[in-house]
Amino acid sequence: MGHRTVDLAVGRNPEMGLDGLPARSPIAPFDIPEPELETEHMLINIGPQHPATHGVLRLVCELDGETVIKVVPHIGYLHSSFEKLGEYRTWNQIVTLTDRMDYLAPLIYNCAYAMSVEKLMGIEVTERCKVVRVICMELDRIFGHLLWLGTTAIDVGAFTPFLYAFQERERIYQLHESLTGARITTSATRIGGMMADLPEGWVDELRDFLRTFPKTLDEIHRLLTGNQIHIGRTQGIGAISGEDAVNYGFTGPNLRASGVDYDVRKDRPYYDYETYDFEVPIGIHGDCYDRYLCRMEEMTQSVRLLHQAIDRLPGGPINVDDPNISLPSKTDAMSDMESMIHHFKLITEGIPAPEGDCYLAVEGSKGELGMYVVAEEGGTKPVRWRIRPPSFVNLSVIAKLAEGHLVSDLIMINASLDIVLGEIDR
Amino acid sequence: MADDTKSALDAVDAGPVPSEPTDGATAAPTTGDPSRHPSVAALIERFGDAVQGHRLNAGDQWVVWIDPSRSLEIVSWLKEDPDHAYDMMSDVTAVDYGGGRPVEVVYQMFSTKHKRALRIRCRLPLDALEIDSVCGLWQAANWLEREVYDLFGVTFRGHPDLRRILMPDDYQEGHPLRKDFPLRGRFSRAEQTRQALNQNVEHYYLAEDLERGGTPQEAAEATVGSLRAGKRKDGER
Repeated sequence: MGHRTVDLAVGRNPEMGLDGLPARSPIAPFDIPEPELETEHMLINIGPQHPATHGVLRLVCELDGETVIKVVPHIGYLHSSFEKLGEYRTWNQIVTLTDRMDYLAPLIYNCAYAMSVEKLMGIEVTERCKVVRVICMELDRIFGHLLWLGTTAIDVGAFTPFLYAFQERERIYQLHESLTGARITTSATRIGGMMADLPEGWVDELRDFLRTFPKTLDEIHRLLTGNQIHIGRTQGIGAISGEDAVNYGFTGPNLRASGVDYDVRKDRPYYDYETYDFEVPIGIHGDCYDRYLCRMEEMTQSVRLLHQAIDRLPGGPINVDDPNISLPSKTDAMSDMESMIHHFKLITEGIPAPEGDCYLAVEGSKGELGMYVVAEEGGTKPVRWRIRPPSFVNLSVIAKLAEGHLVSDLIMINASLDIVLGEIDR
Repeated sequence: MADDTKSALDAVDAGPVPSEPTDGATAAPTTGDPSRHPSVAALIERFGDAVQGHRLNAGDQWVVWIDPSRSLEIVSWLKEDPDHAYDMMSDVTAVDYGGGRPVEVVYQMFSTKHKRALRIRCRLPLDALEIDSVCGLWQAANWLEREVYDLFGVTFRGHPDLRRILMPDDYQEGHPLRKDFPLRGRFSRAEQTRQALNQNVEHYYLAEDLERGGTPQEAAEATVGSLRAGKRKDGER
């Protein structure tokens, strides 16, 4: 594994010192002793319709003055039972359900689902498909982190980074659109390959994006990383130790901000991630600020990964050459009897799976995204399709993180967890 | 049509119906060479009969079936023993195969120390859907077990806060991910509408809440007052 800690002090305000201690708060604390007042706890309700909850999340808080004593999250407002719906669909039909969960990074979900089913069936996808999927996943990691960046900055009152981030997101939307025909509901993967190969000129568009995106990222760094208001609002807020973070099920940037070196791409590599040259940022304090820095650095690393993936993009077919898995071309299906039969069987029956189960984890933008599929012998539909939702588990920690902080910090903590309710409620 | 509604309602009154247990439930498979995974070999050696089966799935994924009555003992050993140290509970879920076969609770574990994954499954017969909670070992299991309880009706003994999580608290139709639960729900759309219209509003609000007007300050004071007096069961409403 080796040492792979990235220096997170880059861009920090020199006043802070690099000893790892949180900077001074810009506002000096009052020395006046607080008068002994008898107060009673108050219940307040945040959400489910509130912009700072980043979706339909309801938080019931018990407050002592402005201090949070207890938070009880209520979820389920977006529940559509995708897992149940999946049991009534063939393997390929489920792909459209996956991107509706994490609509902030849909391609990662498409790829993770296809990978788990392929692993269950023992299908080895082509080299080109592997690299294309790596491109898709890294592109959507940037896509997901940019939304988090913009909305989180708004929560602490910084409006400009939101505009910068969404301008870049719009460019990724356009890449989505030319790749899949849709901006959010991409449904790009199929079992054994992709819906379509990369369109002509797409790689050049992506290169163009990669050329200018780091400049925008630098500008956002300059707006936020050393910003005293941002530092005051995030440093020391919602801190969690590495041991607790593992026990509470944190994954992804949230876990790594607490100093735990766990990244699915490094520790359980898939799609030759071990051959790419990239680093995984590890935080120290586990607070909101370190989570911010980890995600910022991850975007830089994703750009590196994308450059390498484009450079090694091999030619050749994108779908596996097996008529029982991949659809024949439309021309073949209309002119060749055998292809037509395969087409008919694939559409009406689907792909038979062997008996067994398969849990496949990928590093999603929010954390470890697991897809668990269970099949019976020859089943063309799953007996059970389960998503291990990273933000669901991450959100469950909010009660612990927010305890003892102010209500305004609760908003920041909630934002720093990077949740998406479509995936939490499923 | 009327008959359909009636039977659906009866089914709800009766709760989840345990289908007839299959005669001589199929034993868990024992395939694959367990010595290839250190934890599987150690489990068999240490717990013997409590390990009901093991299997190698999807190329490199080990599944171990254990006796649900000893599950807590076994998983806590897997977590505490330094040779195994599964400190990360990635996922807790369940699988219902339908047809009266047992519901299986599935634990996906990962050791950040040894970089190893292991999947533990426990077979629970439909007439005894109960298993010990692992919440005391992994806090991550808290919401995951609540979800299994909500969607499969498996009770976790010793869970600190076993409530429904995705479905509404007062959901009457059972546990949606069970195979005996129809895709569109147990109630017809008309029945769902009827129930919604006939809902007792006072279940959510006290009569005095509904009559209350005045300034927000007065309303807040009255709410706190009724909480104090213990009139409400659930302080959050």
